[in-house]
Amino acid sequence: MTKLDSKIPEGPLAEKWTKHKNNIRLVNPANKRLIDVIVVGTGLAGGSASATLAELGYNVKAFCYQDSPRRAHSIAAQGGINAAKNYQGDGDSIYRLFYDTVKGGDYRSREANVYRLAEVSTNIIDQCVAQGVPFARDYGGLLDNRSFGGVQVSRTFYAKGQTGQQLLLGCYSAMSRQIGKGKIKMYNRHEMLDLVIVNGKARGIIARNLVTGEIERHSAHAVVIASGGYGNVFFLSTNAMGSNVSASWKVHKKGAFFANPCFTQIHPTCIPQHGDQQSKLTLMSESLRNDGRIWVPKKKEDAEAIRAGKLDPTKIAEEDRDYYLERRYPSFGNLVPRDVASRAAKERCDAGYGVGTNETGEAVFLDFSSAIMRYGQEEANVKGLHDASQEQIRQMGEQVVEKKYGNLFQMYEKITADNPYKTPMKIYPAVHYTMGGVWVDYNLMTTIPGCYAIGEANFSDHGANRLGASALMQGLADGYFVLPYTIGDYLADDIRTGPIPTDTPEFDEAEKAVKDRIDFFVNNKGSKSVDHFHKRLGKVMWNKVGMARNEKGLKEAIEEIKEIREEFWKDVKVPGSPDGINQELEKAGRVADFLELGELFARDALLRNESCGGHFREEYSTEDGEAMRDDANFTYVSAWEYKGEPSEAVLHKEPLVYENIELKTRSYK
Amino acid sequence: MSWVKNTFSSSVGRKFAMALSALFLMIFLLQHFTINFISVLSKDTFNEISHFMGTNALVQFVLQPVLIFAVVYHFVMGFVLEIKNRNAREVKYAMNKGSANSTWFSRNMIVSGAVVLAFLGLHFYDFWIPEINVKYVQGDMSGLLADGSFRYYEELVHKFVDPVRVGIYVVAFVLLSMHLLHGFASAFQSMGARHAKYTPAIKKLGNIYAIAIPAGFIFIALFHHLTSH
Amino acid sequence: MSANKGLNLTLKVWRQKSQKEKGQMETYQVSDISPDSSFLEMMDILNEQLIEEGKEPVAFDHDCREGICGSCSMYINGEAHGPGREITTCQLHMREFKNGDTIYIEPWRAKAFPVIKDLVVDRSAFDRIMAAGGFISVNTSGNTQDANAIPIEKANADKAFDAATCIGCGACVASCKNASAMLFVSAKVSQFALLPQGRVEAKERVRNMVKVMDEEGFGNCSNTGACEVECPKGISIENIARMNREYLNATLKGE
Repeated sequence: MTKLDSKIPEGPLAEKWTKHKNNIRLVNPANKRLIDVIVVGTGLAGGSASATLAELGYNVKAFCYQDSPRRAHSIAAQGGINAAKNYQGDGDSIYRLFYDTVKGGDYRSREANVYRLAEVSTNIIDQCVAQGVPFARDYGGLLDNRSFGGVQVSRTFYAKGQTGQQLLLGCYSAMSRQIGKGKIKMYNRHEMLDLVIVNGKARGIIARNLVTGEIERHSAHAVVIASGGYGNVFFLSTNAMGSNVSASWKVHKKGAFFANPCFTQIHPTCIPQHGDQQSKLTLMSESLRNDGRIWVPKKKEDAEAIRAGKLDPTKIAEEDRDYYLERRYPSFGNLVPRDVASRAAKERCDAGYGVGTNETGEAVFLDFSSAIMRYGQEEANVKGLHDASQEQIRQMGEQVVEKKYGNLFQMYEKITADNPYKTPMKIYPAVHYTMGGVWVDYNLMTTIPGCYAIGEANFSDHGANRLGASALMQGLADGYFVLPYTIGDYLADDIRTGPIPTDTPEFDEAEKAVKDRIDFFVNNKGSKSVDHFHKRLGKVMWNKVGMARNEKGLKEAIEEIKEIREEFWKDVKVPGSPDGINQELEKAGRVADFLELGELFARDALLRNESCGGHFREEYSTEDGEAMRDDANFTYVSAWEYKGEPSEAVLHKEPLVYENIELKTRSYK
Repeated sequence: MSWVKNTFSSSVGRKFAMALSALFLMIFLLQHFTINFISVLSKDTFNEISHFMGTNALVQFVLQPVLIFAVVYHFVMGFVLEIKNRNAREVKYAMNKGSANSTWFSRNMIVSGAVVLAFLGLHFYDFWIPEINVKYVQGDMSGLLADGSFRYYEELVHKFVDPVRVGIYVVAFVLLSMHLLHGFASAFQSMGARHAKYTPAIKKLGNIYAIAIPAGFIFIALFHHLTSH
Repeated sequence: MSANKGLNLTLKVWRQKSQKEKGQMETYQVSDISPDSSFLEMMDILNEQLIEEGKEPVAFDHDCREGICGSCSMYINGEAHGPGREITTCQLHMREFKNGDTIYIEPWRAKAFPVIKDLVVDRSAFDRIMAAGGFISVNTSGNTQDANAIPIEKANADKAFDAATCIGCGACVASCKNASAMLFVSAKVSQFALLPQGRVEAKERVRNMVKVMDEEGFGNCSNTGACEVECPKGISIENIARMNREYLNATLKGE
């Protein structure tokens, strides 16, 4: 078994990054002009990396499949971004952010990476403010913070419910500046379809121009993958419709190890599925759990009556409601981490207490009525209205709640046509984020020299579960402050290389493979659409590789996914031509990759005989349904090497060493 | 002076110039209305003021050219912008519902403007060209009729005898009112004058102006038409 | 989430093979559409049906399907993003329509946004305007001053945020009778003009952005206000007034 070299620098935890930066090689400004870097993806990670690399002087070629870099799915992040600024003076520190992140990740992340993340988090906020990101401020003109699940301090910076949008537009602005200068060459509506390796180094990509259909060759001295996560392997998720694993999967197939594919985050507060015609799920910010109480009826007959639409949930008496999170986890209550909240909702629905109107009844209530009355009473006290009626109190409370969550409530009402001020919201968990991804070392380089992976596309910082408001932090940390330094160490060897030619056999071969696959799709005389297969894959993934997994189900899933994949290659139907926009062709390529990833995903879940973070194995749980981690046998990163069929993938283990944190059972009781 | 050219050939600069000329025209209109309205109250005062305006050097040789420039600029640029704006959308929508998001007045400034322009032509033919002819071609700066009284009031009243002319006059002012219902507040917006406190007041004032002034002109026309028999 | 009966609809959809070829409206029928479906889910169903019939599906831009990425861009029954207010096409739900309705679906129409296929238009003109000045010139060194070094008046911070919520979808251009891009450009100009960090290069920014906006072939603003009504983020034309002010200040007063 090869030993994976994570290249973690020596020395005390708090000094590793500074020391590392002092020791790695640099490329002088004149030489940077001679070096090209390809960045695939323009979300927070890719956008920030492109901008910074260009500022430093490298020639950047940035690619995105959307019509503008501003549309990457980072834009949809709602809640906020964590940073150890301790502006609130509530005892926060770099160490605490580090500790919370490792604990929240259920001790399956790399200490050194997470510490670095916490360390640079403060720079991110400074940088973003300097770029004109309009974070929320208080009346004194200073930055405001809010609190998120799984932590006991207020360290989350936010811009209403649109933090991801504002941060991404900040990156996009920085990119725009470099595009204007000609330092970034932007390739909109381009999809990377393969990585080109020359003499063992990543030297370019093959991309399809999605407008003309042309297959293009692009060379560079290094390739950075920043293409996000693979949650869409479930078909229904909160990811964008176009979010895909293809860029990551292509580098995996060319030699990059894929780490911890089974670590997926199922977000507890999403709007439940309404029916079979649904195309995607919508997240409601976790911040709602600050004030909403989650419950289901105590009596099964009440749940049935609600499902049948015969009972108004507001008519159920207090004593007939089961506030199951408050019951099970008295100390964290409704603010337990995402994985815990999601599983608890599933447990209640599986037991027959779900309140959804769809066939499965999958939904629980998120109820703001007590928050409304509490805030209303506060308002009444402040205004000195001691004899306010219940109705007046309710109205004042609704106004307070509207100020805090107005846009979310409005979004909910638009989708469901229910008024959440009057009747409790219905929510259910949905696939949201993937902690797993391409394996990278401390420098964020994959196992292919010169190929890097950043942001959600890599695996490094969140372990088995990500805390709220940490995804944005990681994307920007990687892109603004980590990769631009570490990539220099590698590129220092390339100052004399000169431009990489694209008329070489390696490019010929990669291009041919891409063209052959496209030809296959458009010429295949199949009978079923791409979505047909994607939906089937998603069902298997959700039912057997979703929130709760077991050996039997996983084994079945592996077989079923294989069958779907075989059928896909026989019977998929892709109308239209490859010349020009062909959205079915784009989807076909992505789903083909999901069908391979899905199987590896299930294999990884089957191998990990423990429950940790987002990975829950029913066999490895306590009697009251709590997760049982197995630190003795599974404190490692599983990194898979591609060998052809997913069933032949070879496992490599990177042991996780905890020198600064004691491994504890995560308890939120 | 390339900055002048750059500014006033830019989209924002042209809006600004349109607004400036519009403001000047609105002030002129107010002044014109005031004088005309005096004709309803007092024939003699009207004659005196008219004579003053018609013979004062400042009015005739400074304000009048500015007015002509403003009128010409406002109309020419109005048409230029309209053509440019139409070209900005080469293929039209098969189904377009403008009424869902904007007023008819705001979308059809070119229509109301063109009607006002046509009316101005008539107006020039009726008043301005004869004035220029009498004063500067024939050189009669006296402003007097053969009987020694001022000619201005008589000329005014004379024009409103014809009901067709009064009809045209009324229609033109209704269109002018529509033009102003959008134009007044729009001019402020174009110049960047917008304020949470004052903009609502400007809009109200604009509505009052846009209705009162044209209504006033119509009243004057009807008054003279009905009282001249 | 009512279990209403499905809708049967007639769709009139713009079909165009490529930028060079001419397009035309085509008529399609869809049936049994759930009122709880989103408009784009209805389009998915139409496309599945077309694939089934061996026809080419309708190309349309879409991505996040939660109203924030700004990809979706349909002109539905004569309005950008359809009849709802402060929503994008993906947030429009079929319960807004009645059984038997005829729905017109067209791409954004503007010379600066050429149609590249069916309902897909090229909005890269927006990117070029951004590249001309839609930024604050600060390098990402991480050594900027502390984020709280300059307090910003809450009212201004909030206004900057409101302007910054623009998703760049282009509904303002599509709705404007003149296909003007001033709401888009002014939102970016305003965001930075309202923040002390952005004031430093405010003049340069507004001059350059307006210049590129004009070169791209957008029409001029005539203050009809259609853009702010159709804007999915409710961005106010107050921003256009601010841009006018900034521009005139930058050009007439100069440095």
